[in-house]
Amino acid sequence: MALTLISTPLDITTADTAVATVDITSGIDGTYDSYEFHFVNMHPSIDNAEFQFQVNASNDTGGDFTSSLITSTFFNAYNREGNEGAGLAYDTYYDQAQSGGSSVFTGGFQLLARYIGLDDDQCCSGVLTLYAPSSTTYVKHFTATVSSTYKTEYYFNNYIAGYINQTLATPEIRFKMGSGNIDAGTIKMFGVS
Amino acid sequence: MALIHIASVTASASATVSFTTGIDATYNEYQFHFVNMHPASYGDWTFQVNATDGADYNDSLITSTHFKTYNREAPADTFLGYMAGHDQAQGAAYQIMFNGVDNAADSGCSGVLTLYAPSSTTYVKHFTSRVQSIHGGNYSQNAFVAGYINDTTAIDEISFKFHSGNIDAGTIHMYGVG
Repeated sequence: MALTLISTPLDITTADTAVATVDITSGIDGTYDSYEFHFVNMHPSIDNAEFQFQVNASNDTGGDFTSSLITSTFFNAYNREGNEGAGLAYDTYYDQAQSGGSSVFTGGFQLLARYIGLDDDQCCSGVLTLYAPSSTTYVKHFTATVSSTYKTEYYFNNYIAGYINQTLATPEIRFKMGSGNIDAGTIKMFGVS
Repeated sequence: MALIHIASVTASASATVSFTTGIDATYNEYQFHFVNMHPASYGDWTFQVNATDGADYNDSLITSTHFKTYNREAPADTFLGYMAGHDQAQGAAYQIMFNGVDNAADSGCSGVLTLYAPSSTTYVKHFTSRVQSIHGGNYSQNAFVAGYINDTTAIDEISFKFHSGNIDAGTIHMYGVG
């Protein structure tokens, strides 16, 4: 496997101006069969933030990332610095069924990390893999593994996967916090060959 | 190429394998690919780090999760569950990435540990790992371990070992992702 760095759409610290969204609108095409988005030390501007993503299909480029339907699974392992309440569980609150569910964000954004703490040293890091986004035949599968610190010293290791129920190409992707801004972090996009 | 090879170490009856150079701010993500780590005796595959103000791989506090899935060659015996005995809550011990690697001649464990932004002096250090091995009793076992090193000092050294006995054989490759 070879990873080829395509772009670094975000690379800011808390000393920089926070951003509301990170939109990648070029470079996701038929060059590679799968793409990896590596996000490191994503730090929110408010407590209890929820890091998430959604895509635009080719018939909605430049759109508002609200038109693609996602069906997904979400489970996590968790622990706490005080060793209270460690476990492994499926979380029906953060999966989606055709972008419907008990906690679906506007536009059907898929949650990657929940309740990220605002403490100076708290953040989340992980990798989202998007398979064959340029296919015009198949739905678009994705998987993600995320390591995240919760506001009250809980720790979450999230495993998210699903498909974007869209047979059009999906050349654009947006990352954001559910509310508030991205105060710091790095996102790099790689092609996998 | 964005997966940049930095160093490789091949163990041969080694108590530990350590990387003491090359972990710095050059990359904000490092991957350690370990292949066929074979223990001298039945053992847990583990790691711990040194911050720039540490020396003995025993004072960086880790909070982590550990779950696994397994099946047996025969008769079938399947499982998916959390392993409370192998996680840590502000623990300074070596983190178990795989519990109970068999030391039969054809056994060993392989996997990848990802360490995020070790040189940060602002954030805790997140890590994730996934390890596949033969567990004693002819079990195929897949362990998922993740957590954070609760230290805002830069991390510049990492050590791998079995919790008892030597690393009889195996190679660890360190890559930067950039």
